[in-house]
Amino acid sequence: MSDVESALLSAVRLVFTLDRDLAEIIGLSMRVSLSAVAVAALIGVPLGGALALLRFPGRKTVIVLLNAFMGLPPVVVGLAVYLMLSRLGPMGVFGLLYSPAAMIIAQSVLVTPIVAALSRQVFVDFWSEYEDQLRSLGAGRGRAILTLAWDARSSLVPPVLAGFGRATAEVGAVMIVGGNIDHVTRVMTTTIALETSKGNLAMAMGLGIVLVLLSLAVNASVFIASEAAAKSGR
Amino acid sequence: MVKLKVWPMLAAATVLVAAIELSTGIHIAHAEDRFILMASTTSTQNSGLFDHLLPRFTAKTGIQVRVVAVGTGQALKIGQRGDADLLLVHDPVSEMMFVRDGYGIDRRDVMYNDFVLIGPSNDPAGATKAKNINAAFRNIAKSGASFVSRGDKSGTHNAEQRIWIDVGINAVKHSGGWYREVGAGMGATLNTTSVMGAYTLTDRATWLSFGNKGELRIVHQGDEQLFNPYGVMLISPKRFPHVKSAAARVFMNWLTSDEGQGAIAEFRIDGQQVFFPNTK
Amino acid sequence: MGRSDQYPSVLQTVPGPGDFRGPRMVPGILPLEVRRVSLDMGSRRLLDDLNFTVKSGSFTIILGPNGAGKSLTLRLCHGLLRPTVGEVLWRGIAAREVPKHQTMVFQRPMMLRRSVTANIEYGLRLQGMGRRQRRERIAEVLKLAGLEALAGRAARSLSIGEQQRVAIARAWALRPQVLFLDEPAANLDPSATRAIEGVLRAVHNSGTKIVMSTHDLPQAKRLADEILFLHRGRLLEQSSADTFFDNPVTTEAQAFVEGELLW
Repeated sequence: MSDVESALLSAVRLVFTLDRDLAEIIGLSMRVSLSAVAVAALIGVPLGGALALLRFPGRKTVIVLLNAFMGLPPVVVGLAVYLMLSRLGPMGVFGLLYSPAAMIIAQSVLVTPIVAALSRQVFVDFWSEYEDQLRSLGAGRGRAILTLAWDARSSLVPPVLAGFGRATAEVGAVMIVGGNIDHVTRVMTTTIALETSKGNLAMAMGLGIVLVLLSLAVNASVFIASEAAAKSGR
Repeated sequence: MVKLKVWPMLAAATVLVAAIELSTGIHIAHAEDRFILMASTTSTQNSGLFDHLLPRFTAKTGIQVRVVAVGTGQALKIGQRGDADLLLVHDPVSEMMFVRDGYGIDRRDVMYNDFVLIGPSNDPAGATKAKNINAAFRNIAKSGASFVSRGDKSGTHNAEQRIWIDVGINAVKHSGGWYREVGAGMGATLNTTSVMGAYTLTDRATWLSFGNKGELRIVHQGDEQLFNPYGVMLISPKRFPHVKSAAARVFMNWLTSDEGQGAIAEFRIDGQQVFFPNTK
Repeated sequence: MGRSDQYPSVLQTVPGPGDFRGPRMVPGILPLEVRRVSLDMGSRRLLDDLNFTVKSGSFTIILGPNGAGKSLTLRLCHGLLRPTVGEVLWRGIAAREVPKHQTMVFQRPMMLRRSVTANIEYGLRLQGMGRRQRRERIAEVLKLAGLEALAGRAARSLSIGEQQRVAIARAWALRPQVLFLDEPAANLDPSATRAIEGVLRAVHNSGTKIVMSTHDLPQAKRLADEILFLHRGRLLEQSSADTFFDNPVTTEAQAFVEGELLW
């Protein structure tokens, strides 16, 4: 049996047997990444709006930095967050290291620049269309950001999904700050890394296929939901 | 037409989830003494030893043991930053220094396994015929066959380094040539070795539980020099007042008790015992 | 060009107080004075030394061929643009960014991605109007603009003519003293144009001062009390509609009134 065949076979076996451990791992992956993306959206979307609509000193620097940070290596983010959360670090007293909260924080840091930079572009496009009318109606910039965020909601979905994709796919950051502890901080990607290190390549690849399928499922359901929302005329 | 307010619901839901997640994460982290955090090595984790030991201990004491499995070098670093409650590692020299420098206390021997030299079945360097491990290493260096090193300051890496020093070969000088430093864990190193048809040093437990052996086999074993002792120690509560010393000590005492030692001896991979009780 | 001084711009009496609610509550902001205003974009002079006064009462139309500077003039008056030279005064006071009590409807209606009702409500919310009052106001303008049947529809799904009526309703709901409109019926078919003109007459009759641009001569004849004739960034004439259409002074205005192609 070839490597590809055995990988597919173990993927199928994993999906159909779906034992408790795997379900737990998938559940944690989704919880961590969805939470991180929620945090990133709460920060990144308003930040993108502010960078598009407001004029303040240092704005261009922030834009360049954000664009550069879209490609931050997860390991570097993981290490930085590790040093922050470590007992010797500035946030050490909270004892968050090696917990799901630490993983959420690391992924939020990783994903926020992506959401912010991509949504800034959406705000720029919408603002060129809306600016005259909103200024004419007397909307201040803060209000305008809220209005655009609402009206551009369908266009803001892809930036958030891009962030979600990055969050679920990365292994470097969660490995360092989560520690890949069984039943506590073990997620899909760290499990794949672990199985690879054990030489269980078919199992690792099978998990990889499951991860891709999950990501597909999330993207498809968001797509369908936003289509439905658009159709309902909202 | 029913106007489902999809977006506000979605937004509210995500905010809620994020809030709950962060707060539960923080909550879990503060759940006092119901769990302890142990930094240990990939060899103990990947072999499945902890899956064998920890449920017994937790069932008996109600204390959950969370394991972060890294190289010995990194485990010691985690300990130095106070990010673990105890360590289970295999590099006696570094462990002594760790205790001497005041980071750890109460170091105890727990168990040992042994290192084995892995190489391709056809053994181009003739390591099998060598009369001891030093001779086998010399043969490899002489033959020009590739040797893959962990290169990560782990216990296994340090053991390998000591052999090169013993035989008087500066292998690192040949790094990039026949000597390959991968800077990775044992499993990743074995995967690389398998693909390259090279030699490497590994602990027996990891080797037995490794699933991608390919053409590799054990080409040398059994020397006293290949003895691989594991030690356990607590992180100093004097240095790091937040560590859960009491619970960690319960676990250390259990590991070194007759019951714990018996559980270690019971553990088998493919019918073979790989860890041997070693309390003195 | 001191024409505005010689010319009485109030040709029609303002409707009775019963038709008023909003504007009478606050001090009037008119007259609007545009003094020696020029607008440069780079090295190009787009508007050149405009001088005119807009007073309450009349239906004022800014007439001229495409590219004459009609839209820019409206945006300057509204406050979206700042003149390079000169000043825009509301009752003698220099304008800040988009002063209150005056609104504008753009050539291409910009609909928020929500229902017709929500579009109208948006402007009212910005003014901090209470929920019940908003409801009443919305019902009122929907009726005036003939949009009652479309109230719950997504604004973007409407035809351009319907969207333009929503835009007018949204602007008018704010009870402005002055309503600027930039070619609101450009590119619309006759029936949509007629509907819009009907709404504009109703707005005008309610006492709101309308200043509207158009390049459409027949439309100007149908609606205007007063004409500002713009050509290549310059104000060539300001006069009553009757005077302008019967006796245009400048050769450009004569040509335009006779239907020749001007640019």
